[in-house]
Amino acid sequence: MEAQSPSLALSQAIEPPGPDLDAPAALNASRIVRRYGGALALRGVDVVLRQGESVALFGPNGAGKTTLIRVLATLIRPTSGTLVVGGEDALRNASRARRLLGVVGHQTYLYGDLTPVENLRFYGRIYGIADLDARIDTVLRDVEMEHRADSPVRTLSRGMQQRVALARAILHQPLVLLLDEPDTGLDDDAQERLAALIRRWADLGGAVLFASHHIEWAARAADRAVVLREGRVASIVGPPIRDARDLFEAYRDGAGVLSRAVPAAC
Amino acid sequence: MLTFGRQVYAVLAKDALIERRTKDAVSAMLVFSLLVLVTFNFALDLRTEIMSAVGPGVLWTAVLLGSTLGLGRTFAIEREQGTLDGLLMAPLDRSALYVAKLLGNVGLMAIVLLVSVPLFAVLFDVALNPGPLLIILALGTLGFAAVGTLFSAIASHTRAREVMLPVLLFPVIVPILIGVVQATGLALGSTTARDMPWLSLLLGFDAIYVSLGALTFGHALED
Repeated sequence: MEAQSPSLALSQAIEPPGPDLDAPAALNASRIVRRYGGALALRGVDVVLRQGESVALFGPNGAGKTTLIRVLATLIRPTSGTLVVGGEDALRNASRARRLLGVVGHQTYLYGDLTPVENLRFYGRIYGIADLDARIDTVLRDVEMEHRADSPVRTLSRGMQQRVALARAILHQPLVLLLDEPDTGLDDDAQERLAALIRRWADLGGAVLFASHHIEWAARAADRAVVLREGRVASIVGPPIRDARDLFEAYRDGAGVLSRAVPAAC
Repeated sequence: MLTFGRQVYAVLAKDALIERRTKDAVSAMLVFSLLVLVTFNFALDLRTEIMSAVGPGVLWTAVLLGSTLGLGRTFAIEREQGTLDGLLMAPLDRSALYVAKLLGNVGLMAIVLLVSVPLFAVLFDVALNPGPLLIILALGTLGFAAVGTLFSAIASHTRAREVMLPVLLFPVIVPILIGVVQATGLALGSTTARDMPWLSLLLGFDAIYVSLGALTFGHALED
């Protein structure tokens, strides 16, 4: 069955259905290895993201979180392994897979001399989004940035830029959201709104993978968590995550699987 | 084809809007080209009888040096702002990106030529033959921009990207440089475009460089 992108506007209220382990895989990465020269950044990582779930990615600096997200985002090719996004082989047909991915990275991917609206219009044209102006209004409302829609991005605070980056990532209603430390620069209120947005994106049928160092915050946004250490999956927590203490223990120990009913691949 | 055209337009319109606001590239290119022309004007005593031999070299040296500054910014600015990853993770045809950046660079070089050529004519007291000259300028600009756009993407991977571009660019554009200087020399006389053998050379190299650029651009962008 081909995976479907979330088709509802994010601002629509819905009942959270919770994670469904039988839901189709939105993203399936298998035995991902990535080598930089002589150094192995990823050593055979398996990731399955199912529609309707959000997964937190933890790990110390250098564990391979960013490399993994960049591989899943088709920004870098893995040295070996397979990557399927929404039924598309992302390594052979990256362009079609990219339509199903929305990414927030360490950088905002925004042009500082353009306004949020102009940035979103540019990316919207690239994605070929119909009724683009209405869609831009919707996503700016979702991230509560409509009041600064016409200010140059370089004049916005780091947190505001991060919110516009999130609007860019969800503009084309991707099936899979990949967020690399999306909470960076956000104040407490904005972090809570981001957690709610992640939850709602999953509830709408999308899949979300986000890297973070804030365990308590991530525990509120994720159905399960994966701990990476030295390029390998060291621990899996959930679904569901009952308590942030589960994550603290898994992060500290970096070994053992705390999962309940987790498939063979994480 | 519709998607390709839409994507070319999107990137071109975005770059034009940024350049219209900042004027970073065009101002640097213009100032540098004009400075080179003025310097040559003071340094060389170009009498009429040697003008057609030396003048084209002076003009294209000024245009090429000035343009290199703009060509170098094509991808350096995307990489510095972190927007290159945004382009690469979008379903953007790499050839469409190349064509859009190429057209943007042709546009910038055209602005430089629009100012430099009349100034060159005034400073060196040269009578221009506009018909053939326009064709030569167009072909020369396309050739330089085709190679420059591709090599700007390659150089953007390096730390010393501003230095690397001329090092990579100049050896490869030698055939175009020879062709364009020779053709311009003939155009400064009364020759018509049809009689100039160098136009065929320029046309051939333009076709090769644009095709190679479009085909290899995706690889040039990968880390």
